[in-house]
Amino acid sequence: MSELAIRGTQTAVMIGRSVRLSRRNIDALLVSLVLPVLLMLLFVYLFGGAIETGSAYVTYVVPGVLLLCAGFGAAGTAVSVTTDLTEGMIERLRTMDISATAILAGHVVASVARNLVSTTLVLAVAVAIGFRPAIEPLRWLAAAGLLVLFLLAVSWMSAAFGLLARTPEAASGYTFLVMFLPYPSSAFVPVETMPGWLRGFAEHQPVTPVIESLRGLLLDTPVGSAPARVVAWFLGILVVAVVLSALLFRRRVA
Amino acid sequence: MVNGPPAVELVDLRKTYGNLVVLDRLTMRVATGGVHALLGPNGAGKTTTVRILATLTRPDSGIARVAGHDVLGERRQVRRTISLAGQHAALDDGQSGIENLTMLARLTGLSRRAARQRATTLLDRFDLAGAAGRRVRTYSGGMRRRLDLAASLVGTPSVIFLDEPTTGLDPRSRQGLWEVIGELARAGVTVLLTTQYLEEADRLADRITVLHDGRLAAEGTATELKQRFGAQRLELTWRDAAGFGQAAERLGDRVVHRDPARLELAVTTDGSAPDIRRLLDEIDPDRHGVVRFTVREATLDDVFLTLTGRPVTADREVANV
Repeated sequence: MSELAIRGTQTAVMIGRSVRLSRRNIDALLVSLVLPVLLMLLFVYLFGGAIETGSAYVTYVVPGVLLLCAGFGAAGTAVSVTTDLTEGMIERLRTMDISATAILAGHVVASVARNLVSTTLVLAVAVAIGFRPAIEPLRWLAAAGLLVLFLLAVSWMSAAFGLLARTPEAASGYTFLVMFLPYPSSAFVPVETMPGWLRGFAEHQPVTPVIESLRGLLLDTPVGSAPARVVAWFLGILVVAVVLSALLFRRRVA
Repeated sequence: MVNGPPAVELVDLRKTYGNLVVLDRLTMRVATGGVHALLGPNGAGKTTTVRILATLTRPDSGIARVAGHDVLGERRQVRRTISLAGQHAALDDGQSGIENLTMLARLTGLSRRAARQRATTLLDRFDLAGAAGRRVRTYSGGMRRRLDLAASLVGTPSVIFLDEPTTGLDPRSRQGLWEVIGELARAGVTVLLTTQYLEEADRLADRITVLHDGRLAAEGTATELKQRFGAQRLELTWRDAAGFGQAAERLGDRVVHRDPARLELAVTTDGSAPDIRRLLDEIDPDRHGVVRFTVREATLDDVFLTLTGRPVTADREVANV
């Protein structure tokens, strides 16, 4: 077998492992599926009435809930990477000459897969409570593509956090950042309602163009340069995450 | 395999963490085949040595080779030769025994089918066939260690490093694991195991290296070490506590073993009849106090005490924390 084929098989095996382990981790799976749905219901029925967005609040809030959901999924990635480190699995794999990329790709791809499942669930519940997206296959495809890029970047960054943390608890703490970022954006309330200093941040942070893109693509309204900004931001974050995790990996495991 | 390179070769190996010198120019060699024990108290440098050999830790200086391959320059060849079972069984709790082994076998490049076959064979060999389909979470400590050993064999390594393979196991599981380790060696694999249990080294190892403070303190077979570092001892049983107490006081430092409950004292001897006769006359001139005597071979405990200045029991407690 060529070197590339070996690496390919190893990556595939590692992905299969992470997917199987997440499927069996019922508690975590339920939380990552149920929590986003609950959050959406909370926003729509509890806060929704008080927030003026110019359209049905459920329509406004769906993209934000999808990103919150990604935050929870990403936290799981960091924890599972740290667990592999502290329980010796990564050392075993290193002595078997399995590459860092294959090990981390397993966790990241499983995370993206988990998130796509919970995304689908959130969308289904959203439709059931009144979300009416425009049916434009090409725009949906574009939205899905941007979401996958976002998930990939955030999951890989979480894997890097996982390599940085000394304990699984700490790993879960690091990902607070990822989970928090959707709030100060246009995800839940229009940025115009925020105080000036926060508004500046909200308008220029990476999550906002994702929200704008998803909203525009799903509802068939103009998106402007938002998709391009998403690609720039998250390709950048992905590259940084891959490089950073490679460096951290070498530091933690010779 | 007499002419091949040694399984393990260390020359002037040095490793420090800050001010702490863990390995202090350690030089040693492990011949191919058989079981070799690295024996030493906690902090002697056993685990660091094994981690360097398993390519997980970089030495500061010196040479470490496995089957002739340098651990730094030829890391990949080393990794294809070795496997490591560490102090914690590195297995997925959420996968079954057979899933864990099949996964690892696939990672070594076997096809799906061949990997499954290899996993089944290993589970049989380690007496885990009955638990093959159960999640590892439900395994006992002994079963986990056996599965961990099986896992370290999926890639058919020629040198296996076992870092304290039986620490924390109950006596029965330990016994079972010893049998498995013995089998590995009979199958032609070189086993380098670290241990702080003298009994383990004595039972399993063809050769023993005693490490102390990151240096080689002694090396040889168990018998050689006992002959070289521990004399034989004369154990005396006293008729009554008074005689026992007086003799113990009189002999002071020369007592190498005392057991007040059984009224036993021991002193060292070369084992010859004149020496024993002289000792008896000296210790019990009235020929009244000593009711029985036994001459015993030194144990590895005596060797350990001589070499490291530390009794073993203290370490055993630490190991079980």
